[in-house]
Order: sequence, then C-alpha cells, then structure tokens
Amino acid sequence: MTMIDFSLRRSPLAHRGLIARAASDAAAREAGVTLGEQPHRCQINLRGDAGDSGFLAAVEDVTGLRLPVEPNTVATVEDLSALWLGPDEWLIVGPGGREGDLTGGLRGALEGRHFAVTDVSEARTVIAISGPHARDLLAKGTSLDLHPRVFGPGRCAQSGIAKATMILHQLDANGDGADGAGADEQPTFEIYIANSFADYLWTWLERAAAEYRVAVTAG
Amino acid sequence: MTGYRVAGRGRVDPDARLRFIFDGRSYEGLHGDTLASALLANGVHFVGRSFKYHRPRGIMSAGVEEANALVGVDRGRGRYTPNTRATVLELYDGLTAESQNYWPSLRYDIGAVNDIAAPLIPAGFYYKTFKWPASFWNKVYEPVIRRSAGLGRAPTAPDADRYASRFAHCDVLIVGAGPAGLAAALTASESGARVILADENPEIGGSLLSDPAVQIDGKDAWNWLEEARATLAGRANVTLLTRTTAIGYYHQNFLGLVQRLTDHLPAAASSLPRERMWKVRAAQVVLAQGAIERPLVFDGNDRPGVMLAGAGRSFLNRYGVKVGNRVAVVTVHDSAYLAAFDLARAGAGVATIVDLRRNPRAALLAEARSLGIEVLSGWTVTATKGRARIAEIRVNPVDQNGKVGAARMIGCDALLMSGGWTPSVHLFSHSKGALDWREDLQAFVPGAPNEAVRCAGAGNGTFGLAAALAEGAAAGAATAGSAGTPTVFSVDGEAPFSGVYFRELPTDRDPTRAKAFIDFQNDVTAKDIRLAVREGFRSIEHVKRYTTNGMATDQGKTSNINGLMIAADAVGKPAPEVGLTTFRPPYTPTTFGAFVGYSRDAHFEVERKTSIDSWAEANGAVFEPVSLWRRAWYFPRSGESMHEAVARECRATRRSLGIFDASTLGKIEVVGPDAAEFMNRMYTNAWTKLAPGRCRYGLLLGEDGFIRDDGVIGRLSDERFHVTTTTGGAARVLATMEDYLQTEWPDLKVWLTSTSEQWAVIALNGPNARKVLEPLVQGIDLNGEAFPHMAVREGKICGVPTRLFRVSFTGELGFEVNVPARFGLSVWKALIEQGRPYDITPYGTETMHALRAEKGFIIVGQDTDGTVTPHDAGMSWAIGKTKPDFVGKRSLARPDMQDPKRKQLVGLLTEKPETVLEEGAQIVDGPYAAVPMPMIGHVTSSYHSETLGRSIALALIQGGHGRKGETVYVPMPGAMHKATITDTVFVDKEGAKLNV
Repeated sequence: MTMIDFSLRRSPLAHRGLIARAASDAAAREAGVTLGEQPHRCQINLRGDAGDSGFLAAVEDVTGLRLPVEPNTVATVEDLSALWLGPDEWLIVGPGGREGDLTGGLRGALEGRHFAVTDVSEARTVIAISGPHARDLLAKGTSLDLHPRVFGPGRCAQSGIAKATMILHQLDANGDGADGAGADEQPTFEIYIANSFADYLWTWLERAAAEYRVAVTAG
Repeated sequence: MTGYRVAGRGRVDPDARLRFIFDGRSYEGLHGDTLASALLANGVHFVGRSFKYHRPRGIMSAGVEEANALVGVDRGRGRYTPNTRATVLELYDGLTAESQNYWPSLRYDIGAVNDIAAPLIPAGFYYKTFKWPASFWNKVYEPVIRRSAGLGRAPTAPDADRYASRFAHCDVLIVGAGPAGLAAALTASESGARVILADENPEIGGSLLSDPAVQIDGKDAWNWLEEARATLAGRANVTLLTRTTAIGYYHQNFLGLVQRLTDHLPAAASSLPRERMWKVRAAQVVLAQGAIERPLVFDGNDRPGVMLAGAGRSFLNRYGVKVGNRVAVVTVHDSAYLAAFDLARAGAGVATIVDLRRNPRAALLAEARSLGIEVLSGWTVTATKGRARIAEIRVNPVDQNGKVGAARMIGCDALLMSGGWTPSVHLFSHSKGALDWREDLQAFVPGAPNEAVRCAGAGNGTFGLAAALAEGAAAGAATAGSAGTPTVFSVDGEAPFSGVYFRELPTDRDPTRAKAFIDFQNDVTAKDIRLAVREGFRSIEHVKRYTTNGMATDQGKTSNINGLMIAADAVGKPAPEVGLTTFRPPYTPTTFGAFVGYSRDAHFEVERKTSIDSWAEANGAVFEPVSLWRRAWYFPRSGESMHEAVARECRATRRSLGIFDASTLGKIEVVGPDAAEFMNRMYTNAWTKLAPGRCRYGLLLGEDGFIRDDGVIGRLSDERFHVTTTTGGAARVLATMEDYLQTEWPDLKVWLTSTSEQWAVIALNGPNARKVLEPLVQGIDLNGEAFPHMAVREGKICGVPTRLFRVSFTGELGFEVNVPARFGLSVWKALIEQGRPYDITPYGTETMHALRAEKGFIIVGQDTDGTVTPHDAGMSWAIGKTKPDFVGKRSLARPDMQDPKRKQLVGLLTEKPETVLEEGAQIVDGPYAAVPMPMIGHVTSSYHSETLGRSIALALIQGGHGRKGETVYVPMPGAMHKATITDTVFVDKEGAKLNV
C-alpha cells in the first residue's frame, strides 16, 4: 500500500526553491521590496446570509470571528481572519491544518441554515509583499488605488494583477491588528493567487520589482 | 567654447563638456544641451532632408513640435531609435546620432532630384500615378514606394531595453509645468490633495526657462522657479514627474503618461527600465499645455537657418546658443521682437525685423531703434536663398492696397519667423471636449469640457505671464473645492503679446511656383492644399488625407492651423465652419516598448500550469496551449514522430492503461436545498432522480438553444453536486450560473463555489485501470457492481482524500481521480509506479482527442460552433423531455430549430483509409457540380484511428442524420476525396468495454 507522506504537499511555487533563496534578515530589511510564499494556508469559502444574526453568531461561535459586513474589509482574531468577498461570501483563512476542524465545525454549527462551506485551501497559494516599495510594485499590476487614505491595513479586494486575478489583503501593522503604525511606510500585503497562475505571477513580480532592491523571504 | 556659444547665458553647465557624434563627426556640447542646441552651438543648421523632395532642412523649433530635425539615435544593439527630435534629445557624453532620409550622403543626396521634379509630384501624386497597369502595383510600385517612403530606418534587432508600467490615482493631475501648471500645482497641493504634475521637459518651468528676465513676486524667474520646485518637492502629496509626456486623454479622466527614465543617461543600470507608462485615473485634470508658435508661409520658409522666433529665444536664454551672427526676423506678432532684442543684447548681430503689420507698437520700435535694429513694418518676405544654410532673404514693401513693391535683398545667416501662437488643445480634444474659435487669436481654444477638466494659460488662449499664473492658480483652487484659495502672483517686466494672422505672405511672384511649406515633415505646401480644394476635396479631413498635411510623426503641431486657414480660404468658408481635423493620441511619438511594458517574453500572456505540469515537462511532453493553459499534447519517446507517439499512446490505452492529466477541467460546487432544481433549470438533462453517488453527462445551452458547454456532473449528496465544465468554459459557466441565480431565480436556495483549482484530476483509462487503483484506494469498493460506470465515490487514495469518478472519455474502463491539488503530483507518481506492470502510458490531449472521436464524443467548440443544437449533435437523449423548463428549451421549439435540413453531426469514412481529412474542410455533394459548388457542411474532427487502422472524421452535414451510407466529397488542395457518411461511433458501438 503506497501512502503519501503529507509533508510532500507541494505548493505551486515549490519548484522555485524559494526557501533556499531566502535572504538574510538584514538584507531583507534593506530591500525595497520583499517577496515570499506562504504555501499552505487553510482557506475556507463560506456562503451565507449576513442578515441572519443566527448565522453570524454560529460562525463566531466556531471561529471567534465576527464576519465583516462592510465591503472589502477583514476581521482578524488571533490567527484566523475572515476576508469579505461579497455580501454573502467570505474567505476564512488561518494556519494550514485547520481545514478539517473548521469545515466540520462550521457545517455542524450551521446545520439547518442555508449555507455553503467549501474547503478551497488547495486552490490558492499566498504571496506576501512587503517593504517601502510594496505599493509601487503592486501598482504596476493592479488598477486598485492602494493609497493609505483609500486602502490601508485590514482591507481586502478581489481584482486583477498583471493578467491574473487575485484576492489582495493588506495586513495590520505588526500583525497585531492594534494600530496602523508603520503600515504607511512599510506595508505588508498578501496576494491569494490560484495555483495555476502562481508561477506566472511570481516571475512577473520578481521582474517588475527588479528596479527596486528585491529580497526573497522564507514566507 | 564653440563659435555660437554665449557665455553666461542659458541653463547649461559650461564646465560639464560632453563629446557627441553626429553623422560620424565628433562635436562638443555641454551638459544641459539638447542635440539641437549643441549642433547650433557648433554652427550646424543643416541636419536632415525632407520626406518627399529631399530638401535640405534645419532645426526649426526648440521643442516637441520639431518637424525637420529628426535623427536616428544609436545606443547599441537593440537600442536604435529613429525619428527622434533633436530638439528634445538630451545630450549625454558619447551620444551617437545620424541624420535621415538621404542617400548616399546628407550633402549629396540623389533623392534631391525630386525637388527639381516637384511640379511633377503634386498633392495626391501617389493616388494619381500608380494606377496602371494593375499588375504593376504589387511588383513594382509598392516595393519602390515602400523603399523610398517612411522616415528613418526601423531597427531590426529585438528591443534590448526594459519597460515599466504602472497605475496611479490622484485628486488632481496637472499636465504641463509652465507658469500656469505650476500655479495650479502650488495651489491645489496646499490643501493636501494628491497631485501629480507632469511635464515633458527635463525640468519644470515651461516658458520661464526661456524668459529669465521677467520677475515673479519680486524674484527673477529662475529663482522663483527653484523655490516653486522646492516647495512642490517638499510636499509628500505631490508627485513631480519630469521627462513625462501625457500622450493621451481617455474616458473618465484616464490619461496615459510616458516617463523617460534612462535615455538621457550615458549608461544606465540594466535593472532600470528605459521608460515607464503611467496609467493615471484622476479625479480632476488641469491642462496647462502651453502654445506652439506658428511658422509663416512664404517661398523658401524651410531653408536651414529659418526657425521659429521663440526657438531662437529659447536657444539663447535656455541653452546659451545664438542661432546666427546676422539674424533677420519676419513676424506678424510682438513676441518675435523679444527674440531679436535678447539676441542683440547677447551680441548676435540682428540685421532687420520685417513686420507685416503696418503699425507695430511704438515701444517695440523704440527699443529696436535703441538696439540698432532696422524694422521694416508693412513689408513681406518673398524668398530665401542659400543652400545648406540661409544666406539672404528677399523683402518687399506692401502698400495699403496690398500691392507688393520692389524687392530688396538682405543678407543673414538665420531667419526667425513668428506667425503667432496656437494653443495646444490636443489632450483636451482627445477627451472629446468641444473647441471654440477665437477670432481675436485666430485659433481654437478649449470650450465645453466633456470630462472633469480645466484648462489654464496659453493652452487655454490666455497669453501673458500674469494672466497665465492667475488662471492656473484659479484652476488649482477650483480642483481643491472650497478649501482652495488661488495664490496671487505679482509679475514685473512682462512683454507685450499681440499679433495678427496672415495666411501665405503677400508676394510679387507667381504663388503657384512658390515652395511655401505648411507641413515641413510631409513636404506639403500651400499650393498643394489649394490644389486639393480645386480637385473637389471640401472636408478638412479629406484635404488632410489627400495632401497628407498633418499626418507625419509631428501630427501637424505646426501645420494644422496654417493648413486649415488656407483650405478655408480656398473653400470660401470661415475657418470654424471648415473645422479642425481630429487630434488623436499619442501627443508625441511613443515607443512600442512603453505600451508593451511587462507583457513580453514569458509574460506576454499567462501560462496556467497544473500541479502535474512539472512531471510532464521532465518526461519530455510536447505542450500545446488550451485556453490559457499549457497542456501536455503528447509524450514522444526518443526518435518518435508525433504520429508515432500518439499511435503508441492510443494503443496502450485501449489495450492496457493510459494516464492523463485532466486537472484543467472546470469544477463548480453547487450546494443547497434547491441544488437539483437549479441543475434542472440550467442543464438540459433531468437531475431530480439522479441518486447521490451517481453521475450524469450534462449539456448546457444558451437561451438560443445552442450547445454552450458540457461535462460530467456527480451528485455527492441530495444537496451537493460536483459539476465539471470544459477547460475553456470554466469561468464563463460559473458566471452564467451566478447570473441566472441572482437575476432570474433568486428564489432558489443554492450556493455556487468554484473548485477548479482545488482538485487535481488524473484520468486512468484502459482495461487495467481498476487493477492499478485497487491497491491504492481506501474506503471505496471498486467492484463493477458496487461502483458502476457513471458513479462517484468519496474515499482516500494513497491516504489522501479523493472524489473518485467512474467515467470515461475514451470508451475504456475509466476513472477520474480528484485529489487536493497539492497532492496531485504525488498521487500521479504513485499511480505511475503502481501501473508499471501494466505498461502505464501517459498520454496527452492529442490521444485524448483521437480516442474520444473514435467513440463519437463531441468537444464543445470543435464539433460545435455556437449554432449546434443537441438534436444536431445527435444528443436528443440528453434532453429531459418532461421538464417544464431549462435554459434554451423555448428556442429548441422554434420550427427552424427542427428543420431536418439543419447541419447535423455525422461520421465520415474516407474511401481511402489512409486519407486524413483536414479539419475545417468543406463538404460537397458531387465532384462535378457547377462552381461555386454548394457547400453542404464541413469536417469538424479528423484523426488517424490507431484502433481501426484507418482514418475517421466527424462532420456537420446538412440533413446528415438521414443520409447515412451516402457518398459525399471533400475538396482539399490537390485532390477531391470521396467519403461515406456514417454513424458517429466508430469503436465499441454497444459500449461493452464500459460494462466491466
């Protein structure tokens, strides 16, 4: 019986050897842009009625997250976030490995309601972009206005980047969600990109970032 | 210091000497020079030959409007740029440029015979001459014209530079950083608004760069300018872009800006892009583009040394170069006096000012007198002399009745001309803003806008420094809303600025023999325009195309108004009734690279890859593009042709086992209590009675009843369907479904989620498929009775979760193994390993196509073309007859859709088994029908069938279903092939191989 070693989960950028290429912390700090892959994130697509307070409460019970209802915003509690994708659609993201308990927990808690919980963790990888030129790099590919007055930490959007489509999330500064200090000068963005587009987008980003100093980080 | 350099003048750095090469000769220039100013500093005026008559041409302007001084710049292999205007080409050490449009040398050019033959080459010459005989066009006329036409030589090596592009957003975009644009930017940015200020020059300032003596707020212009620059640079909300041309103004305040980043550098880091395209969306736009001086129209106005008066002033004040030692001026406008006065003060001899006006301002006359300049008011210029450079002008008095008196010759080495100023309304016009005619200016100015745009300064017809500053400040304040208060500027030392307009200057000679140029670049003269009107062209757009006036790379910046005025005169209508030709982007010539940006080489288009793609590549697959995907086409072994490889893959799959990457299939999860009802309404088939754990082939139509997509759909539970779509249809089908769900059937409780990328799909086909799967699968009984054809089960394979479909697109025992995408490659490798005893054979899309064709399975988009109904395709069985409705049902009931003569899908067997028909080949009834033969259908799919050892084809043929057994003919290059109409299923008609 051939059993597959789960450590062989292979991200769509595995062949790029990004971990081996990762720059030192010092080099990363001096770079205009850092790029890194976060390959195995738990991603659950959730559909349901935001007007149903019972639905929101049930989701909160399982995840601790109050689903955002303001368009293009993100709710974050500890290591879970809910990205608003539409009036009745969210992407719940968290550390890889949570897929089973989250899908199971949500389906159980939402029993009897009109909902859909779909594990899409395998569908996209995450590319993190940070540094003083992160916005300049993104502006090369997306027509979204990412100016701090318009976008900012805790916001997300579905849009195009280069010739691919993405979900974009600007992280809270320092990841603690407390304040936006530093986010203006050193913003961190995450791009959720479908597997089949990942290699195209990664190479595109590296090429477009070449005029700034670019460093690869280990995720 | 070279002969024409004036010490202490200009913004050039006298200590930064640069060497450059022009036409193979080495010269010296200064940092801050353009190629034009550096050549003039060396006394070089003759820099090129004209397009049609090959006349010697000089530098006529100091800016983007330059029509004559076009050069080729060589920056090394893959870096040759033709048709660069010397007047905006910044000098750097080692610059290498060449003149254009001559052979064998600039000075001795054979093409110059055209100048002598000019009477034989009138407007519309090409249209009139190269008509007969017809066969000459392709072989003689066009090749010769192509060789001699066009300016410059196109580079042949691939472009070695990088180009960048980006989007940008702002509250206010200001185009032009002259006085008006600066005033607008200073005011608009005070309130914190996001401001982008773009100017095509290397530094901001516009007209102030050529006018250092004027004072603003009590400061010399250049000091004021430096303070303004520092203020703007110090504001974080301001993006100051120099060397940046706004090339086009599109809908909803979307503008394209091209920023030149490295062309002015002697050497640039290879990581730096050469240019950057800015795609700007601005809430408000302020256009402060300034104005362009008009040439005067007289015989010989194109001789080297004749240039616009403002250019003469710019070369002196901005670059420290006098354009001659004995300068003459001809004008209808005050502004030319300023050039004469500045030159005289700088020590250049100014011989004469010829003013067509009878009564120039007294102050100007007094100043001329004090500088020792002769002013001939009420005189005209009727000719110029000199070969490579002007040497004399012929001037005549004009009396009050317009009669031209006796001529007099005046020696000179440069002639400055001013026909007044034309506001630059190009961008405003791109944005479809209306243009108004200003009789006092004899020019069009911006009228009612079509976008959120304001115009200010000379580009708005507001001449004069104080007025331009005030208008700019007002525009800037208005963009900032109530927060903005216009900054007030005080100006001292402003010169008068008024003039009149003349078409062709009066002459005592035969005007039909004059070479009085309107469009210098395309060699269009005043008489060409009059000829066009005489020959019946009335619309200015037609006159433009017939004469080519304004159609060169300068887009008529100096010629449009002169052309219009002469055409209007010839037509006998006022200019505004004749109207202006359309302004089109780009404002100035733009590199292809700037438009291409990153979309080249590997990034020209997205190439989607599956999780198994790397294995295919490592195992020698040849790939083909399928929508955006690259898919393994076939897997040749060493020495195998495509035909041999595909034949081997087909044999292996039919006899034992083939493995195929089907991950590109679209997948949609349809979930909810109304999922089955939703499926009933979307697809033609009936879904209510499909039991969980079973699959069905689904057919999706458009409202028109034609086949749009298909795929196998599995029911996982009462409320959950796993829908598959074609590879290319994935996004479209999901969007269509979502559209119906939200707009037509909001009552249905259904959610749709794309899972195309969640699952890798591995198809196993062949008699041994089950044997290979069995040891690897947990939790699924693979026995034929427990897991029949068209069933789906959830379980594990190699310990990984799977949705296992028992389906077949080959007619063999088949499974489609869906596993989470990250495990696709590992499971694929495990299956390959497990399949070794059965000679498991990876196959590509070509074998997949051939095997399915043997079974008569259609490929949507190949065997259908958007006009094929389920009945046409022989798939009436897929229609749920008792369903009340589904998308397309009503259309299928139209009589025309049931016409038995519709094209219907059939099989074709050629008379000669080795003949493989061409896909797309037309089908006719008989070989001897009259031409044009009625075409009764076409071949949709055609392959060599390895299984049958002969060719097979599918075809759409009129009334085909009723014609089985009949003979048809397929004309192809070199032969007329005979074929018999058959059923579409060629192999295992009863499906016995599936029931195992």
